[in-house]
Amino acid sequence: MQITVNGIPREVDASPDTPLLWVLRDTLGLTGTKYGCGVAQCGACTVHIDGEAVRSCQVAVGDLAGNVTTIEGLGTPESLHAVQAAWVAHQVAQCGYCQSGQIMQAAALLATTPDPSDDEIDAAMSGNLCRCGTYPRIRAAVKAAAQSMQET
Amino acid sequence: MGTGIGARVKRKEDRRFITGKGKYTDDIRMENQAYAAFVRSPHAHAKVTGIDKSAALAMEGVIDVLDGHQLTGDGIGNLICGWAISSRDGSPMNMGAWSALATEKVRYVGDAVAVVIAESQALARQAAEMVEVSYEELPAAVFADKALQPGAPQVHDNAPGNLIFDWVIGEEEATEAALAGSAHVVDIDLTNNRLSPNPMEPRAAVATYDEAEDHYTLYTTSQNPHVARLVLSAFYQVAPEHKLRVIAPDVGGGFGSKIYIYPEEITCLWASMRTQRSVKWTGDRSEAFMTDAHGRDHISNVKLGFDADHRITGLKIETIANLGAYMSLFSSVTPTYLHATLYSGQYVIPHIFGNVKAVYTNTVPVDAYRGAGRPEACYMIERAMEVAARQLGVDPAELRRKNFINEFPYQTPVILTYDAGDFGGNLDKAMKAADVAGFAARKAEAAARGKLRGMGYSCYIEACGIAPSAAVGSLGSGVGLWESAEVRVNPVGTIEILTGSHSHGQGHETTFAQIVSDRFGVPMENVSIVHGDTDKVQFGMGTYGSRSGAVGMSAIVKAMDKIEAKVKKIAAHQLEASEDDIVIEGGEVKVKGTDRKLAWHEIGLAAYTAHNLPPDMEPGLKEGAFYDPSNFTFPAGCYIAEVEVDPDTGVTEIIQFTAADDFGTIINPMIVEGQVHGGVAQGIGQALLEQVVYDEDGQLITGSYMDYAMPRADDVPFYTIEHNTTVCPSNPLGIKGCGEAGAIGAPPAVINAITDAIGTDALSMPATPQKVWMALQSTASLQAAE
Repeated sequence: MQITVNGIPREVDASPDTPLLWVLRDTLGLTGTKYGCGVAQCGACTVHIDGEAVRSCQVAVGDLAGNVTTIEGLGTPESLHAVQAAWVAHQVAQCGYCQSGQIMQAAALLATTPDPSDDEIDAAMSGNLCRCGTYPRIRAAVKAAAQSMQET
Repeated sequence: MGTGIGARVKRKEDRRFITGKGKYTDDIRMENQAYAAFVRSPHAHAKVTGIDKSAALAMEGVIDVLDGHQLTGDGIGNLICGWAISSRDGSPMNMGAWSALATEKVRYVGDAVAVVIAESQALARQAAEMVEVSYEELPAAVFADKALQPGAPQVHDNAPGNLIFDWVIGEEEATEAALAGSAHVVDIDLTNNRLSPNPMEPRAAVATYDEAEDHYTLYTTSQNPHVARLVLSAFYQVAPEHKLRVIAPDVGGGFGSKIYIYPEEITCLWASMRTQRSVKWTGDRSEAFMTDAHGRDHISNVKLGFDADHRITGLKIETIANLGAYMSLFSSVTPTYLHATLYSGQYVIPHIFGNVKAVYTNTVPVDAYRGAGRPEACYMIERAMEVAARQLGVDPAELRRKNFINEFPYQTPVILTYDAGDFGGNLDKAMKAADVAGFAARKAEAAARGKLRGMGYSCYIEACGIAPSAAVGSLGSGVGLWESAEVRVNPVGTIEILTGSHSHGQGHETTFAQIVSDRFGVPMENVSIVHGDTDKVQFGMGTYGSRSGAVGMSAIVKAMDKIEAKVKKIAAHQLEASEDDIVIEGGEVKVKGTDRKLAWHEIGLAAYTAHNLPPDMEPGLKEGAFYDPSNFTFPAGCYIAEVEVDPDTGVTEIIQFTAADDFGTIINPMIVEGQVHGGVAQGIGQALLEQVVYDEDGQLITGSYMDYAMPRADDVPFYTIEHNTTVCPSNPLGIKGCGEAGAIGAPPAVINAITDAIGTDALSMPATPQKVWMALQSTASLQAAE
């Protein structure tokens, strides 16, 4: 079957019930999206499907309707997405493992809610676990990203 | 802004972590890779009477199914505990055998009995379901106190009554006498809830055996790859050290749980030899809950005596520590020397006695988790101090202040010698930042809204910078706890630092580069940190116990001392000056008071061209050092939590959390504050949310994020973080360490605040809304009855 990931159509040889997460990681080698729990309880595998944040462990690749964006397609080291830039400015990451999911979730939030309150940020981000406890900086970085996106 | 010591330098690691380019173990793909899935016991305690592999082996794509008899038959040794603890009668600890794959008996739900190697992960898991293991179920000993009772099921035959050791510290008679003569004794029972460390990256291993070279390579999620290699070689007999390379690439959090060498890594290495394939295993979240070593799980009684002037007279603590089904690597030291040596807290306590009974149960092994023994000690002392203040009717801050240790060095009655600190200063700074003076008004305002507002203190101290090798050796450690480093200055002047510390979230690539940049004036981008690979770094003891700054960086400093000495010799020779007149500043090597100088890279080039070196000097510019600390370090601080409890629902909200920490010298405040955020978040998790639950049969009830509540975005407040620095006198940079402080200091602060709010001390962790509500009802009914 064919799926579009980060703007590029990809031919994928996988059983239709394979979760998108494993297609991304194992079939396409896009390892920036992480496994955390496999049952949509931690948010580590968050990607965008047509701009909406979804848990890729819960999307069977055969049911996929829409274009997929992963962390690799959000920005590049040379041209960071505003959320990634804010993540650097606020020094959010520690071990880094959950951060792809956090960033994808935050980017999707700001696409629909350009000026979120603390409560809106917590509500949107509460599905994404971070055991390093980076939540206060995530909150601050989301606000900073919102501001920089509104200014541009 | 500069990049030296104390600068808020942005992390070098971020570039890859925020773009999905980090390289974690499960991201590694080997040619010819096969996948492992483990067949695990569904019973907490059972005899294994047979394993029928035929159905699994018949499946297309299944390469092999291997069991414990084959493993031990190939000479793979049992798992070890690295620290020998003796009982009070002098007898050695009763350690039961632990095979990577169980042969005769399984002892906890999740104990591995066999492994399937197959062409895909999905297939391996399906085949594991097809392996039929016959069990004869046995009654299980699940809870530590019940496991000690007569007639309890026996976990290991050689640990009668399930007692591993009955260990004591301090002076029993003198402490009993001090308590007997006290004007007031606080007597409280406390439990320290069992926790699951749960790094977001599950444990994983990719093992490759190269038959042509008779050599193994293991990629694994480890906090200490050299220790892993040592143990895999010397004890498990997987391969000799020179035939085994262990690589711990990016590791997605450890918190202690990735110190240990687990059955899965051993099995993957062995299976790669048996199958002649690369063998990969990545645990799923259920396996993480079921098989990663848990933390804490203490049941204690605390007796803290005071004289009529409210000075502490003595402290007696009796603890039962649950070590689970097998003794994990540091399981014996965590509830003893990492724990009871901190019983003095920040206080002058003339007499202390501690007794710890370590117990086998049919649960997953329990070992060090962020703080490792010190959170359990801190919780007891700081709860007891708060309860004492309430019972004595005095201010909890002033009761602490009255009993603070103010003179250093201070020899505690429980082995440690505190070297420096300013406990009163920490308390002052925290009280000011938390606006303690305005609390009464805030409490009244909250009451007007129908909320119960409370404030709680915690004045924690920990022993970090683990550890002086001779001292830990005398106490039973099987290893030395020094650190090593190598500094390589390349011919173009760039610098590589090879370190035995391992970064899994601590930002070493940044802070370690900072101290080099600070010392030699070389730009940060010209310094790279190499770690996590036993083929690159000669040796190292790894990262845990807040040791990488105090011990790992000190090794780098020692190696830099040697580099500096050689650089000065080269420069003096080339610039025709005295060595004593050479200074290194801003990337230049100068003759003091003149304009004669060499650029840093010219020294590197001179060292490697060797055209014009001092007579008898070896070419090259590379130095190594081992640093063995002379003492532990003693981070300390004061945390103040302010909470509001909704009396209708029992829900606690942390309104404000103030931390005033003394970490010694701070290399990068941004990173240190991040470590405080993380430690406090885990401490709040312990205080409010987290609890591993097994049922009476030993089934794990909290096996997913639905049942085990880790803090989420809306569970943690913004923090106020202050520093009050006294320099650590025992290491060259003056560092004390910061990684565990939050997890140690936060739980009692939060519980002290909630119990202040609800007016009863009858509350255990985690203080869930249900428990808080129940406590409020009993308080209300008591008040109604009075």
